[in-house]
Amino acid sequence: METLMETGSLHYYLAMIWFILWGVLWAVYFILDGFDLGVGTLMPFLARTETEKRAILNSTGPFWDGNEVWLIAAGGVTFAAFPYAYAQMFSGLYLALMLLLFTLIVRGVSFEFRSKVESPAWKKIWDTAHALCSFLPALLLGVAFGNIFQGIPLDETGFSQAGLLGLLNPYGISGGILFVTIFMMHGALWLCIRTTGELKQRAENMATKLWPGVVILTVLFLAYTAVSTQLFSNYMVYPVLFVILLLPVAGLVLMRTYLGAGRYWMAWASSCLYIGGTALFGVIGIFPAIIPSNPNPANSLTIMNSASSPLTLQIMLGVAVVFVPLVIGYQFWVYKHFATAMTEDDLHY
Amino acid sequence: MDVLMLSRLQFAAATMFHFIFVPLTLGLSVLIACMETAYVRTGNETYRKMAKFWGKLFLVNFALGVVTGITLEFQFGTNWSRYSAYVGDIFGSLLAIEATAAFFLESTFIGVWHFGWDKLSPKAHAIVAWLVAGASNLSAIWILIANGFMQNPVGYTLRNGRAELTDFFAVITNKYAWLEFFHVIPASLLLAGFFIVGISAWHLMRKSHTDFFQKSFNIGISVALVFALFTAAEGHIHGNNLSDTQPAKLAAMESHWETQRQAPMYLLIIPGEDGNVLQALPLPGVLSFLAYNDFNAEVTGLNDIPKEDRPPVALTFLSFRLMVGLGTLFIMVAAFGFLMRNRLDKFPMFLKVLPYCIPLPYLAIWAGWTLTEVGRQPWIVYGLMRTSDAVSPVGTAEVGFTLVLMTLLYALLGAIGIWLMVKLAKKGPEDHSPIQV
Repeated sequence: METLMETGSLHYYLAMIWFILWGVLWAVYFILDGFDLGVGTLMPFLARTETEKRAILNSTGPFWDGNEVWLIAAGGVTFAAFPYAYAQMFSGLYLALMLLLFTLIVRGVSFEFRSKVESPAWKKIWDTAHALCSFLPALLLGVAFGNIFQGIPLDETGFSQAGLLGLLNPYGISGGILFVTIFMMHGALWLCIRTTGELKQRAENMATKLWPGVVILTVLFLAYTAVSTQLFSNYMVYPVLFVILLLPVAGLVLMRTYLGAGRYWMAWASSCLYIGGTALFGVIGIFPAIIPSNPNPANSLTIMNSASSPLTLQIMLGVAVVFVPLVIGYQFWVYKHFATAMTEDDLHY
Repeated sequence: MDVLMLSRLQFAAATMFHFIFVPLTLGLSVLIACMETAYVRTGNETYRKMAKFWGKLFLVNFALGVVTGITLEFQFGTNWSRYSAYVGDIFGSLLAIEATAAFFLESTFIGVWHFGWDKLSPKAHAIVAWLVAGASNLSAIWILIANGFMQNPVGYTLRNGRAELTDFFAVITNKYAWLEFFHVIPASLLLAGFFIVGISAWHLMRKSHTDFFQKSFNIGISVALVFALFTAAEGHIHGNNLSDTQPAKLAAMESHWETQRQAPMYLLIIPGEDGNVLQALPLPGVLSFLAYNDFNAEVTGLNDIPKEDRPPVALTFLSFRLMVGLGTLFIMVAAFGFLMRNRLDKFPMFLKVLPYCIPLPYLAIWAGWTLTEVGRQPWIVYGLMRTSDAVSPVGTAEVGFTLVLMTLLYALLGAIGIWLMVKLAKKGPEDHSPIQV
């Protein structure tokens, strides 16, 4: 892979800005889709009656679609800002990605299809599909990003020959387990905000029980990361970067504190901080690679050999500066107006 | 089959399935927003009920459209990685802009629209409906600008072994893209019109909710007529433009072989590999007129286009004829329906046939896209990159496996979706609103 830019040139700084934005987009995606995937995964464990199932689905109903667009945006930005990385990553992870898409498709339609036929068997099919297709994307995303942190075997053209089975290595799987657990925790906190009564009580118990699990898995994952990846090397060169770890640590502590105090919004926000901080920690760890190559780092897809032209990066930056704050603004408005504890009226479909 | 053919099939399957749902979303979103506006303006409850009833059908359709759209964005990377690497500098940014500027808006506010009936004032709810409609159509602009680049690449230079953007303004003002936009949007409104008309006719025939469905019918048939005419007229301008941008597509869609002045259009043609097996009933000069607005103009024939640069003639030709034939039929059906809209009870056969007309605009739109995409072959980006050079170096087994899986999944979900929509459509509007009809 040829270098497209000089280090320190305008092109280089543009690519660097886009690398950061790329990381932020993925972090926002994990924060937002994370809770609705988590809620879906928890559904079979928390809902007992039809009303409770409806409540769980409607707790994410107004939001999941807008949340999923962050995935489209993250994918789109990978395409626009780092086309070589997009091309190689998506063709190299072909089967895993197709599987992810299929599960997201089934999950998306389950929201609509479930309520349209008054038959317990019909509803049960879609409930099962919904839970399974919430769990699998969380797992697959975790496996995929675990592998990216670890590095993917890339050839000299930057193409991956790993295949689906190659991704299912112990480190990749541990990434998957971590993602699923984090998202479940995040979803349980969301349900504390949105539901009432017995269901809320169960969600709260679930969150309380999941918390130690999240802490232990985080510590184990970090240790595993230190042993089996190069993720810490940037941090060794610039130890000041370790302050980033304060974000997820603070998120974890605050999450538990606010949960205990019954301040669910703050607990959920802390969970957002934890997820965002963890994602940021990983993204900074792989810089300047977007897809690090392992075992041969020379084949890595980096901002230097994968970025778009300076003109495209500038135009995209203009678009992002205008529209991303706008998107955050109106999504914030939607959350403010719709993410309240649900009443009877909210349970129809 | 090789990876190239499998990937082309996979892309065709994913796109065509996606495009069952997109045009109805584009067209119906606008009509629902109009109904809500009418409700805010007049306070007439029927309009609110209309927006709710057609909105319910809209939501099922929308869900299928959204989820199948995700596949498309990622398929450029999974199946067409060489293409993505080669033109990503331009094409990728257009997709990213679409997501940021339009798709976010659409997807965020569809949730608000769906769950906001009791939470928002009628006026605010109508504004949300317009946001959804506007964003959907804005989304179409960016996607068609991206497709326009594949049809008629502009604003780039070849550098660093790829196409790099040099003139963003040229890319977004690409005439080809805007001709597509002004063809796709009216076609979508036409489709939405026929959708409303077909379902309304079904109920009118059974005398159920007559007032509600007569009003709906009148809206649907007017929209269908206006946009059937608009789509046809715009299509003619689009055809004109092909003579400059893609002469091979123009020649293939008419199965026109000999370069000549006063080129005739044959009403009956059976196309073959190296010439027409049969051509009869010529209309002198008509092809020249269609291509150049001049009965004497010279039209390039396929014989003067190197064989390796020709698209598959039969498929391109048949798609074009099917599209134009259906388009003509739409104008006649919509005109008749519009004229007789207040005397429909005198034409029970007409009412009976109309529900079966619902699939026809879908078929016409599919044919139009087949013409557009197959007619561009063998190029993925016209004149710049061949489709055979664009495919990912992935295994035949992987693509074959996911193609089968995807086809089964889509067929199942599509069947369920259509079945649910038929069920909802037959059920009619709910009657618990304050005013009964």
